This record gives sequence, structure tokens and C-alpha cells, in this order.
Amino acid sequence: MAVISYREALRAAMREELKRDDKVVIMGEEVAQFNGAYKVTEGLLKEFGPKRIVDTPISEAGFIGLGIGASMLGIRPVMELMFWSFSYVAFDQIVNNAGNIRYMSGGLINCPIVIRGPGNGGTNVGATHSHTPEAILASHPGIKVVCPATPYDAKGLLKAAIRDNDPVYVMENTILYNDKGEVPDEDYIVPLGVADVKRVGTDLTIVAHGRAVITSLKAAEILEQEHGVSVEVVDLRSIRPLDEETILASVRKTHRALLVEENKPFCGVDAQVAYLIQSKAFDELDAPIHRVSSIDAPQIYCKRMEDQQLPDVNRVVREALKVLA
Amino acid sequence: MAKPAVLTHPESLKRPAGPSEYAKDPVNAALTKAEKIALYTKMARIRHFEQRCIRIYQQGKIGGFLHLYVGQEAVAAGTISLLGKHDHLITGYRDHGHGLMVGMGMNECMAELTGRVTGCSQGKGGSMHYFAPDKNYWGGHGIVGGQAPLGTGLAYAVKYMGQKGSCLVYMGDGAVNQGAVHEAYNLASLWDLPVIFVVENNGYSMGTSQERSTAHPGCLAKRAEGYNMAWDVINGHDVYEVRAKTAIALKRAHEESKPTVLEIFTYRYFGHSMADPDKTYRDKEEIKEYREKKDPVLAFEQELLREKVLTPELSLKINEEAMAEADKAAIFADESPDPTVADITKHIYWEEDNRGPKTTSRGTIIFE
Ligand SMILES: Cc1ncc(C[n+]2csc(CCOP(=O)(O)OP(=O)(O)O)c2C)c(N)n1
Ligand SMILES: [Mg+2]
Repeated sequence: MAVISYREALRAAMREELKRDDKVVIMGEEVAQFNGAYKVTEGLLKEFGPKRIVDTPISEAGFIGLGIGASMLGIRPVMELMFWSFSYVAFDQIVNNAGNIRYMSGGLINCPIVIRGPGNGGTNVGATHSHTPEAILASHPGIKVVCPATPYDAKGLLKAAIRDNDPVYVMENTILYNDKGEVPDEDYIVPLGVADVKRVGTDLTIVAHGRAVITSLKAAEILEQEHGVSVEVVDLRSIRPLDEETILASVRKTHRALLVEENKPFCGVDAQVAYLIQSKAFDELDAPIHRVSSIDAPQIYCKRMEDQQLPDVNRVVREALKVLA
Repeated sequence: MAKPAVLTHPESLKRPAGPSEYAKDPVNAALTKAEKIALYTKMARIRHFEQRCIRIYQQGKIGGFLHLYVGQEAVAAGTISLLGKHDHLITGYRDHGHGLMVGMGMNECMAELTGRVTGCSQGKGGSMHYFAPDKNYWGGHGIVGGQAPLGTGLAYAVKYMGQKGSCLVYMGDGAVNQGAVHEAYNLASLWDLPVIFVVENNGYSMGTSQERSTAHPGCLAKRAEGYNMAWDVINGHDVYEVRAKTAIALKRAHEESKPTVLEIFTYRYFGHSMADPDKTYRDKEEIKEYREKKDPVLAFEQELLREKVLTPELSLKINEEAMAEADKAAIFADESPDPTVADITKHIYWEEDNRGPKTTSRGTIIFE
């Protein structure tokens, strides 16, 4: 086991897959010569050369569409978006082409593309650069979406994504890039669609994904220390496929659920999770399900207010106490 | 990559910097002494504002992205100094210079950077998202190339309303590869819209040199030919040349309602944004060369000293005043209040902010 950062974990996943499969190609803006806008791809050009690590112009619709096309013929492109916010200029490719080609061809064509990059708020860059499109994208059958919260999951999920034969969109978080954690030295994957109980508890289930998991774990600690409550934290890791069983098993144990995400509330991932719980574990619930999400507005620029807009530890604790009341 | 046989660059760029051959161009000859001093003052104000921003960023009071305009001042100054009542403009995220040129105050600009409610966008937009529609300035756009169709639409509206006007759409040399830009080019030409696409070619898009990002037939502006549009290349270190050549495009827009692509060769002195350490993709010598030999603010100062419009004393005074103004703006930005949590959900919908007889919808629109 080595202790490495989330950024290094992502890089290690790409390195290992580049070595394992010569069809893997990394593409994106500034990924090669500049070593990555966030240094996730640092050193890869040097190690693998310009055929495998490719700088693109600022043409997301073009190069992502190109990647989708190449994947149809068996290349395994791993495309970097500098921000998931920039996926919107390539929406047709990402949703209409990648998401539908297998279905519309009656299963004749596969699209094994990976698109990865940060999709998060909280960095003081304003509304055009702070989107969290996991719910929007996961609402399209044909597309898979994962949101790792730890270095271990970042590496394992990205490796699984690269080996997967469907389009997989990996949403990272710039605020987590420097977080450190234990990652095995040997080859492993985290299968898509398997949630992880990040903290075991008995009184309340918090379901979260992405950085909201980290926030929830901190809140769980406070709830334990200051309120004597035992909280279980379920990290979805994967949005679609969704691990319904792990969510339901936890709720059947604690009988109370709080759902935390950094998305805006309307049609967020947790709207789906809430429906799941009430439809399959309604009788198990001792209290209504509560949610904590971002304040419903485009991302505000002012840093002090953006910190309020996103779910923070205090808000999670407050809402948890309501579910427990 | 196939390299074009002949590079189509402005003639004046190939010669050593010296007196501007465009000083006697009618649009420049027509300037009064006071107008020339005002133009120089505006360029100096942009320079000092941006340099003040660096310090505030380094003090940790500005977060996120901060893209500086230092080195590119003559582009905004030259083009915007020609605009009239029905001429509009829109740009990308490197938007402070354009803001100051249209007459936005340093206070509101600085306060926006520190996220204050006294900022031009009430702390909601930030560095990349300045707006002053009352001054025909439509932003400040964070998504590369996203402003190109918008600006084309502004030109469409100007034409629709029968005004003799235009829209200047600024973008970088990297932005020319966004699909939206090409769609806008086609619409502008197909529908004879009074739009001027201004490509501010500073040589790099982030860490990618222009040669590594773009296939072109000699220069970026020449791509206009594929859309049957007029084009020109301009030395962006000479504000007189910028004015002289932009005036021709403006005339084309005003009188024939036809679009133009102008490629203005310029240079940025600092990293792409303050987050860019600027250590790997270009030579320190290259930056030095531009700073020392082609600086647009210095060049115009020299020009005006030669013309005896400026004296060294007056120039010093102008620069000192601009610095003092920037210092004051920094204090204003420091002392201004933040927006409140309640402000977060304001300005999302016109409807929500204007509940009354004119509202046409019901139901929940902001969710818990
Ligand atoms: C659609 C989109 N892709 C990527 C980015 C990230 N990005 C911001 S500026 C930039 C470089 C743009 O360079 P250029 O057009 O030359 O303008 P300059 O910064 O030199 O003024 C990039 C890649 C973005 N904002 N939007
Ligand atoms: Mg550029």
C-alpha cells in the first residue's frame, strides 16, 4: 500500500492502462506538453510519446466526437475535459452520439470511450465553470457516470471505466486532487455500480457521492462526538449503474436517511435515490427522508457565499438532527 | 501538420518599432490633442489597474481565475475608441481592458474581483464575467468561443432595428477553433450582419502556441475567405494602426452591413491566468523582447512625445493618477460588503425579481 494523492491515483490508473492496452489514447487540451491543466497527466507524454498522449485545440465537440468515432473502431480514448462545464459545447457528441449509437445500431456498434475531468463547484470561478452534470448525464440510458471521492476509488473506478465497453463519464473534483489516501500497489479495479460504506453506523444513513462524501464523513464525526449519534455513510461512487442494494441494506438497518450532494436540488441524483428508498424500503423508514444540496441558483462567484451555497458540514449536521428528531 | 507556404502577417510587424506609419491616417489625424491624451490615459489606466490586480491576487483577496490584459492594451483601446452610439461589443474572459475602455469604473471592476456586492455584477460574475450593457458592453464570457454567436446576434438586432451600428466580437487565437465561432462566421456573412470579429492573437492559448493549435492558410483572419468575408491583419502594438484598420471594418459594417474578421497581433506579458506559472511553454527572452521593443503603451507614449502632444511631466502625472486611482479602487474593494445568502437566489429569473401583474407563470421555481 502506498499513500498517494487523488491526482496521482488518476495518473497511475492511466499509466497502468496505457501500458496494459496499446489501444488506450489520452487526449485533451494541454494534457501533453503542458502536463495537464491540473497536472493529472504529468509525465505521460514523456513516458508514452505523442502518439498516445495528444494535445487538442479548444474544440471539444470536435475532439470528443472524434474520440467517440475512434472508439467505434476499437481505440480506447480517455478524453480529458478541463472542466465538465466545457462538455456543454460537446453535448450532442456526448449525449446523442455516444449515448445512442449502440442502441440505434441494434447492438452492432460499441462506444468504449472514457471522458474524465473535474466537475465541481467551490473554487471561486463563477457560474460558467462550476457545473456538476452527473445527474443530467446519468438521466440518459446508454451512458455510465461515476464520481470518485477518494484516491482508492479514483484509481479503481478510472481503470474499470477504461476497460468498460460503454461510454463512461468520470467526474472528478479539483478540491480533492491533493487529498491523500492508501492505494494498493497491485492491479485492482473498483467495479462500476458498487457503492461503498465509508463509515459504519446504526442510527442514520447518509447517502452521498463525490466531495459530499468527505463533507458527510466530517459531519458524521461531529454527530458522534457531540450528539452521540451513530451515522453510516454510503458513498455511491457510481451514479449509473447505481448500487440499489447497498443503499437499501443500510436504510433497513438505520431506518433513517439523509441524502447529501453538491448538485442543485431539482432532479438531482438524490431525487432518484429518495424515490428508490421510498419505493423499496418505505416500511423501514422511521422518519421522512431529508436532502442537503446546493442552494438553487447558478454558482455565485463570491467565495464566501459560494461556500454557503454548497453543502457544508454544519448544514449536514443540522439536517441530520432533523431526521433524527 | 501542413504549414502554410506564406504567412500573412502585418507589414509593420516585420519592421523595427518606430514612428507609426498610421499617424497620418484620417481617423488618427482627426484626433485632437485632448483626445490623444485621453486615449493614452485610458491605456495607462488599464495597465495600472491590471498591475494592481496582481498584488491583490497575491494577497489572496482575489480567488479563482484572473486573466490579465497587460501587453494587449492597444487592441481594446484602439478598437473601442472608434465606437459610437449603436456600436456594441462582447468578449471572452480576458475582459477587464474592454470594461475600462467603455467607461466602467475601477471601483466596480475591482470590487467584482473580490466578490463584493458593490462589484459590477454584484459579486456574482467575477473576473471572467464583467457586464455593462448600459455602455454597450455585453460581457465577459467564460466559455471559449461562446460569445461569438451572441455578438453575431447583437449585430443582428442592431440591423433589425434599422440602426447604423455594429458589434465587435473579441476572441483569442485559440477560440477560432470552436465550432460556435465557425457557425457564427457563416451566419454573419450569409445574412450580411454588421459584425467585426476581432481575433486577439497573442500567440498562445494557455500553454499551446498558435502553431500547435490551428491549421490556417497563412493567418487566422484569412479563414474569413472560406465564408466570403473581408479580413485584415493588424499590428496590435500600434494603437494608431489598430484604429486605422478597424475604422475600415466599421465603415463596412455601418455602410454596407457586412462582416469582417480582423486578426490583431498582440502579446500577453503574464501567464494565461494567475494560476499559470508560465515557465514551460515560452522563453523568458521572448517576453522580454516584446516588453522592451513592442510595448503598446510605451510606444504610444513615445509617439505622443514625438508629436509634442505629451510632455514627460504630463505623462508622469497621468501614470501617477492612474496608479492612485487603482490604489483607491483596491481600498474600495476591500472595504465593500459581501453579497448575503439571500442574494444567492436573486437575479435568477426576471419573474422572481419582478413579481406583479406582468408575471406570467405560477408554481415553484426555486427549489429547496
Ligand atoms: C469551451 C472551453 N474550453 C476550454 C476552456 C478553458 N480555456 C480557457 S481560456 C483557454 C485558452 C484560450 O486561448 P485564446 O483563445 O488564445 O485566448 P487568450 O487566453 O490567449 O486570450 C482555454 C483552453 C474554456 N474556458 N472553454
Ligand atoms: Mg491567445
